[in-house]
Amino acid sequence: MAINTNRPTSPHLQVYRLPLTGIISITHRMTGVMLSAGLILFVYVISALAGGAESYDTMQTIMNQWLFKLVGWGFIYALFFHLCHGVRHLIWDTGSSFELETLNRYAMIELASSLILTLMTFVWGHYGL
Amino acid sequence: MAEFTLPKNSVLIEGKTFKAPAGAINIRRFEVYRWDPESGENPRIDAFELDMDNCGPMVLDAILKIKNEIDSTLTFRRSCREGVCGSCAMNINGRNSLACTKAIDSYSGTIKIYPLPHMDVVKDLVPDTTHFFAQYASIKPWIETQTPPPADSERLQSKEDREKLDGLYDCILCACCSTSCPSYWWNSERYLGPAVLLQAYRWLVDSRDENTGERLDELEDPFKLYRCHTIMNCTDTCPKNLNPAKAIAETKKLLVQRKLG
Repeated sequence: MAINTNRPTSPHLQVYRLPLTGIISITHRMTGVMLSAGLILFVYVISALAGGAESYDTMQTIMNQWLFKLVGWGFIYALFFHLCHGVRHLIWDTGSSFELETLNRYAMIELASSLILTLMTFVWGHYGL
Repeated sequence: MAEFTLPKNSVLIEGKTFKAPAGAINIRRFEVYRWDPESGENPRIDAFELDMDNCGPMVLDAILKIKNEIDSTLTFRRSCREGVCGSCAMNINGRNSLACTKAIDSYSGTIKIYPLPHMDVVKDLVPDTTHFFAQYASIKPWIETQTPPPADSERLQSKEDREKLDGLYDCILCACCSTSCPSYWWNSERYLGPAVLLQAYRWLVDSRDENTGERLDELEDPFKLYRCHTIMNCTDTCPKNLNPAKAIAETKKLLVQRKLG
């Protein structure tokens, strides 16, 4: 009987259970893409600001819709998450904190910090400093 | 290139179920990846229900039990059964490890066993490691010297210098780390992967090796080394508790230090 040399590829993403660091890493990549795409919205907001009262009003109406509000807050969270993991990368680049025990601790710190920063931004936006 | 789905010939189909013998009380279910190159069929998952009251404690014991008592065609690599040879590396319940050092009791419920991820499968749990070992050979894993050896002794090493090799020389090249790395999945044709990079670092820091410059030249490449994105699956999964990610970071540091003079 002929031997089948058309070898299959073993399952990878389908079966691998990513550790927390792996999940954070892919989230870093995804938030990076989201931030780039979100810049289009950001540029629109800025240009509406510069365009005078009429364009500002239109922008306000659009941005106050719940969907755009959600996108806006998603953008802000993505920004803080990306920032926090970016700092984590800088720490890694010094060659430190690679130990297995520290990995999950840092990951939790990143998650908590990005949430706290988002919350602080929310509080700041609503109540002032 | 990153392909997130499996090619057509690799998509899993349903396999057979082998029931536990009548009267067995303590039953564990093992789902095992099977592919027979002679069948012309796609890979499948076979389920084996084993009597744990009549089985050794390790995952490898269960696999051996299947081969000895249920299906002798089950194909896998194994040798030392004590975690020093690296042959029985496979994906167990979503993480890569050595079947011989993982206790069945450290898992709950069904135990799912796949070959090391994103590799060409030779048969069942045996991946084709040709490319992996070719990459290993490419980093010249042997001592390279410029100076003639001392006339009346070996090339000696201080205790401190020898200690720098701890956690590096212990690598058994089981490929658990490399095949856990998404970066290696998508770019294994050019990225060396954590195991080979750890080995490369092992020769970079060996005080007796005199080819550090050339070794660094070889590694200074956007793909060979810099496809490491600190995902950390390697360090997480290493069955010997080594730290390939740290070795890669140290290699990157050596390159920066060299540039800064």
